[in-house]
Amino acid sequence: MSETLLEVKNLKKYYSSSKGIFSKKNESVKAVDGVSFTIEKGDVFGLVGESGSGKSTIGKTILRLHDKTEGEVRFKGEDVFSLIKKDLRRLRVQTQLVFQDPFSSLNPRIRVGDAIGEAMVQHGLATNKDVREKVLQVMETCGLSPYHADRYPHEFSGGQRQRIVIARAMALNPEFLVMDEPVAALDVSIQAQIINLFSELRKKNGLSYLFISHDLSVVEHLCTKIAIMYLGNIVEMATKEELFDNPLHPYTKALLSAVPIPDPRVKRERIILKGDIPSPVNPPSGCKFRTRCPIATELCAEKVPEFRDVGNEHFTACHYV
Amino acid sequence: MLSEALLEVKNLETNFYTEEGVVKAVNNVSFSIGEQETVCIVGESGCGKSITSLSIMQLIPESGKIENGEVNFAGRNLLEMSKKEINRLRGNDIGMIFQEPMTSLNPVYTIGQQMIEPLQEHLLLSRKDAYKKAQELITLLGIPNSEKIINMYPHELSGGMLQRIMIGIAISCNPRLIIADEPTTALDVTIQAQILDILRDIKKELNTSILLITHDLGVVAEMADYVIVMYAGKIVERGPVMEMYTNPQHPYTKGLLKAKPLIGERKESLFTIAGQVPNLAELSDSCYFADRCEHRMDICLKKHPELKETSANHSVSCYLYEGEAVR
Ligand SMILES: Nc1ncnc2c1ncn2[C@@H]1O[C@H](COP(=O)(O)OP(=O)(O)O)[C@@H](O)[C@H]1O
Ligand SMILES: Nc1ncnc2c1ncn2[C@@H]1O[C@H](COP(=O)(O)OP(=O)(O)O)[C@@H](O)[C@H]1O
Ligand code: SF4
Ligand code: SF4
Ligand SMILES: [Mg+2]
Ligand SMILES: [Mg+2]
Repeated sequence: MSETLLEVKNLKKYYSSSKGIFSKKNESVKAVDGVSFTIEKGDVFGLVGESGSGKSTIGKTILRLHDKTEGEVRFKGEDVFSLIKKDLRRLRVQTQLVFQDPFSSLNPRIRVGDAIGEAMVQHGLATNKDVREKVLQVMETCGLSPYHADRYPHEFSGGQRQRIVIARAMALNPEFLVMDEPVAALDVSIQAQIINLFSELRKKNGLSYLFISHDLSVVEHLCTKIAIMYLGNIVEMATKEELFDNPLHPYTKALLSAVPIPDPRVKRERIILKGDIPSPVNPPSGCKFRTRCPIATELCAEKVPEFRDVGNEHFTACHYV
Repeated sequence: MLSEALLEVKNLETNFYTEEGVVKAVNNVSFSIGEQETVCIVGESGCGKSITSLSIMQLIPESGKIENGEVNFAGRNLLEMSKKEINRLRGNDIGMIFQEPMTSLNPVYTIGQQMIEPLQEHLLLSRKDAYKKAQELITLLGIPNSEKIINMYPHELSGGMLQRIMIGIAISCNPRLIIADEPTTALDVTIQAQILDILRDIKKELNTSILLITHDLGVVAEMADYVIVMYAGKIVERGPVMEMYTNPQHPYTKGLLKAKPLIGERKESLFTIAGQVPNLAELSDSCYFADRCEHRMDICLKKHPELKETSANHSVSCYLYEGEAVR
């Protein structure tokens, strides 16, 4: 029987944008505009979409790193936004966030061993006596050597720094990790090392992830369930197998066809989308994808397509599926 | 075999003098690009791709020095040209496109002002005709409302639009060669698909040659006629695109191809290349790939292997193939 870890219902996050001295109105950026999904224990839930589609905002909102505008987030049944201070502290241990740029999240003046150990002691997961041993243990799990503990962040390559940040997150023995583009800045050979590390940690520690990425091939390799986002909404969501074997939404199909295949023998029809992603301040009426959709009709401008189950736990929002 | 070379790079060596020591960024690199040929340079960050392309145009940062080599373009050695001559060539016979269009555009001038400049200077068009041509170019690149765009400032446009404008500027004087350094790396895949499409069209319509630098093996497979794999400042393998993907030889090339997850593949775990790239200021006498190589032999620790041809136009720098090549 599967156990629900995270439940997100109709989540909205609008930022107020009073950018520019000429804009009189206080317009809002509809960064996340009503998304719902659940993550079961053991899932690696992939969140895919182009830049600005709201992926990072979802990641930060579900961890309550900032406020929501509307909707509900439950972690193990508890409403994350009504936790009292003590329970919030517990949430900060059970859930961890790893970013794309590991350098910005590491203090340059703190040795990496201390950076990893600090939070362990602070949260009572280690004592001053055994912290060193525990740090070295978690570093080893993440592919780092003992001598690395006494070095400073700038002495490491990008891939190693990402390992350090992962080790620091793992040190708290979390149940749930939000990974925001954790391999996007890494070279292929290093990316493969880190991806394998994620798979191992999941198997060994029974971790669940929200894995944010714009790279469909990485997501297919690692994730069990996938949601495709466009302008603040999930347009399609299904198991990995369903999504890749039977993509339904025109945007998903276009995204898939846009990924260059590293084999010169493969020639295929590519769906080239016209234009850019519209602004989330003034998204198009009806279906937000209609300005770039190759099969849009008048109906698409008038009516918002319902996000519905089309069978096999495969959800999509399009009038013509 | 493609026609004779438009650009020929011979024994190019570019070093940086830093506190850490001498960084051998481009280490005896040779290759050529034929007319209407697309050559891709691929490799991980720091392996010397950008400095190779910048050296060709004498555009390397100040602490760098081109210490050896020849760059022959249409019969002349670019490395012997004066800055003035090079500048004339650039934007005329050779167009350049970089990863960050914002760094090459001036924020205080409109798109139009920046597009007409090379047209007036190189094609000697009047201001009015230059504007007309710029507007045509914008339309040609699939940007709607060219009359509006031409009066906008760079910050008002998206990354994808700016990259198209940069391509517009690069091709405005009908160059014979376009050098594009990671032109789609900062863009989303659907926008990348648009830009690659435009580059393919340009090649067909204007008969240009392209030197395309990328770290994405997918982009290489789609665009290249000929592929150069660089590692630690050196070419470790080069060959026609089909050869490189169906018969890769260097352990590094093979590793790169295996390490990348593929759509539809669904393996348990990915192939990895252990370790990381060496520091270019601390290179040893061994094969530069030796400490990451599964096939390392004693001889590999003595000297970096030379690039040797193993079949027509396909060369590799690895002792595993020396026997065969000599045979
Ligand atoms: N702090 C903020 N203030 C205003 N707008 C923001 C802020 N953070 C993000 N946004 C906007 O919200 C939208 C979604 O951003 P983000 O969640 O970062 O997308 P993604 O991670 O998918 O690239 C974008 O249009 C972005 O510009
Ligand atoms: N201004 C500079 N000073 C010192 N070293 C540099 C400078 N620019 C580049 N390098 C070094 O030259 C090498 C090649 O860099 P580059 O050509 O930019 O790599 P790539 O484009 O393949 O990522 C790298 O090791 C880099 O550190
Ligand atoms: S609802 Fe209309 S515009 Fe939206 S994806 Fe479906 S066909 Fe395209
Ligand atoms: S020369 Fe030796 S170490 Fe270098 S790539 Fe070939 S087998 Fe590996
Ligand atoms: Mg993001
Ligand atoms: Mg570069």
